[in-house]
Amino acid sequence: MGAQPLMRIENLVKHFHVRLGAFGERAATVHALDDVNFDILEGETLSLVGESGCGKSTTGFTLLNLHRATEGKVIYQGKNIVELDEKAMRPYRRQLQIVFQDPYSTLNPRMTIGEAVGEPILFHKLATKAELKDRIATLLADVGLPPRFASRYPHELSGGQRQRVAIARALACQPKFIVCDEAISALDVSVQAQIINLLLDLQQKYGLTYLFIAHDLAVVRHISDRVGVMYLGRLAELATREELFEHPLHPYTKALLSAVPEADPAHERSRQRQILQGDVPSPLSPPSGCRFHTRCPIAMEICGKVVPEWREARAGHMVACHAVTEGLPG
Amino acid sequence: MMMASNIRPEPPAKTGERLLDVKGLTIEIETRTGPATIVDGIDLHVDKGETLGIVGESGCGKSLTMLSMMRLLPNKIKVTKGEANFAGRDLQKMSNSDLRKVRGGDVGFIFQDPMTSLNPVMRIGQQLAEPLIYHRGMSKAEARKRAGELLKLVGIPGAEDRLDAYPHELSGGMRQRVMIAIGLACNPQLLIADEPTTALDVTIQAQIVDLVKDLRDKLGMSVVWITHDLALIAGLVDRINVLYAGTVVEDAPVDALFANPSHPYTQGLLASIPKLSDERSTRLSSIGGTPPEPGRRPKGCPFAPRCPLAEAICHERVPSLEGLGQDGAHRVACFVAQRKLEAA
Repeated sequence: MGAQPLMRIENLVKHFHVRLGAFGERAATVHALDDVNFDILEGETLSLVGESGCGKSTTGFTLLNLHRATEGKVIYQGKNIVELDEKAMRPYRRQLQIVFQDPYSTLNPRMTIGEAVGEPILFHKLATKAELKDRIATLLADVGLPPRFASRYPHELSGGQRQRVAIARALACQPKFIVCDEAISALDVSVQAQIINLLLDLQQKYGLTYLFIAHDLAVVRHISDRVGVMYLGRLAELATREELFEHPLHPYTKALLSAVPEADPAHERSRQRQILQGDVPSPLSPPSGCRFHTRCPIAMEICGKVVPEWREARAGHMVACHAVTEGLPG
Repeated sequence: MMMASNIRPEPPAKTGERLLDVKGLTIEIETRTGPATIVDGIDLHVDKGETLGIVGESGCGKSLTMLSMMRLLPNKIKVTKGEANFAGRDLQKMSNSDLRKVRGGDVGFIFQDPMTSLNPVMRIGQQLAEPLIYHRGMSKAEARKRAGELLKLVGIPGAEDRLDAYPHELSGGMRQRVMIAIGLACNPQLLIADEPTTALDVTIQAQIVDLVKDLRDKLGMSVVWITHDLALIAGLVDRINVLYAGTVVEDAPVDALFANPSHPYTQGLLASIPKLSDERSTRLSSIGGTPPEPGRRPKGCPFAPRCPLAEAICHERVPSLEGLGQDGAHRVACFVAQRKLEAA
């Protein structure tokens, strides 16, 4: 691809301070993100995958400065945007958009679709009131909805149509970058395919960059240029889609891939799955050393003691695993 | 700790004997404008020892069909026609007290969301013991012992200690295992699993699918697995029924369904699943439009308005489920598919 980085994430840390116990008498820290480093390249689709609670959504929120980062930098257009206050952030907000999983709870039920899509246009002064109607019609057409939808309310629309509206609203700001936070997870299979196609079309048309947060690996494999695998607040592995799916290095990635079902009965019946036992440990007290060592089939002594370094194992293929570093099979 | 799946016992022998036989079941919902049909004269059956997959998108009636059999429908939704025979008895006509013996006794349930299905203020052990005391007349001590065995059966580590835990103290995967243990408590002849893995992560999902497969083979029960995910059940079920707008549009042995999907809706569903071999950014084939809402069902085939192959007759008449080929095991409700086969 050879594209320039659009965004550079350096040593990003996000801890949430919570109070536990029936009366909130115990203070505790949720280690949601720890020392996360990666670039997002211009025009690419970078996906983050992992189990619930691994920090993939927190990453999306933190790098848009929707959660205040505890430590670290997010460099966008030469500026560390995570240290900006809300006012200084405003010009960047227009360029950096997000689409959520549930469009029903993100759309105001009392606003028509036209109002919802028009609001960011007026806020960022991207069109005059006279131009607004045409602009809304164009945006609705972009996401495959007829102009008459502008006068409808969210409850009159199906889930897929509402997600199209949420995308139109993000597009209204003429963004460079969109975080898709489980944006297609709640949709039915046939509708999901429509929205995936729509996202791919819009990316081509407007040169968008996506950070795609999802747990469905079949979808991720379909749309991504690069894929990052997260486990318990840390990146385990990041590589191009071909590298990651054909030559996964991290034992967690291997286990995750082996759990994905294929639409092939004979293959499914005969396949030898590597099934991970147990659950993800609590982010309140993550395991020492490599956070995966408690469930890892090839864990060594060092894994419980030292945090593995985030390093390039092959060209463009980043991984954090002691076994890979030592060149052991795995 | 990782474990390659080990060798399984042979799946139970299929006798061809009907365990569950649903005929012409129609479900209506009361709306302000009058009753609207949600499930339209559905026929389905499960043989002894058989695992049936029911696949369809949200709102197609897959869960309601199963709930209605057990007469567990919410207010305003009613069965207006049809029968549901379980082991030779019509569940729709059974007395409430007889039916209570079937629910949770001979028929076990696993629901999608264990957090709302488990009682949050009752210990796991009590919830497991309840059906054993009620259906099997066990003493409290016996039931508690059996509850511990059940938790062990579904692979909960430290099972005996967990009996005194409350649901919120367990993870999502563990709670779903507890649900399965409750579903299995009375050695049911039929286990109905309604999207049991939808809320779970892919690694936990794989654990649960393998667990149900093992338990089925060990205990020799029939299973109905309701899902929207065709790939998930590919290796689990014997036969699949594809539902669309409250009717079965295709009924086929699992291999035949994947090798030779015959209804345009099934074809569309399979084509919208991304494949390993796809190049990045190739367009996925998708089905245009959305399913009809209850009360706005089209006159002919319910899929006709979205169907790429629809002809004049499809908008006029409702196709019935007809067998394809010689043994008739693969059935489809589609005029175009049926005609194609006759011509061949």
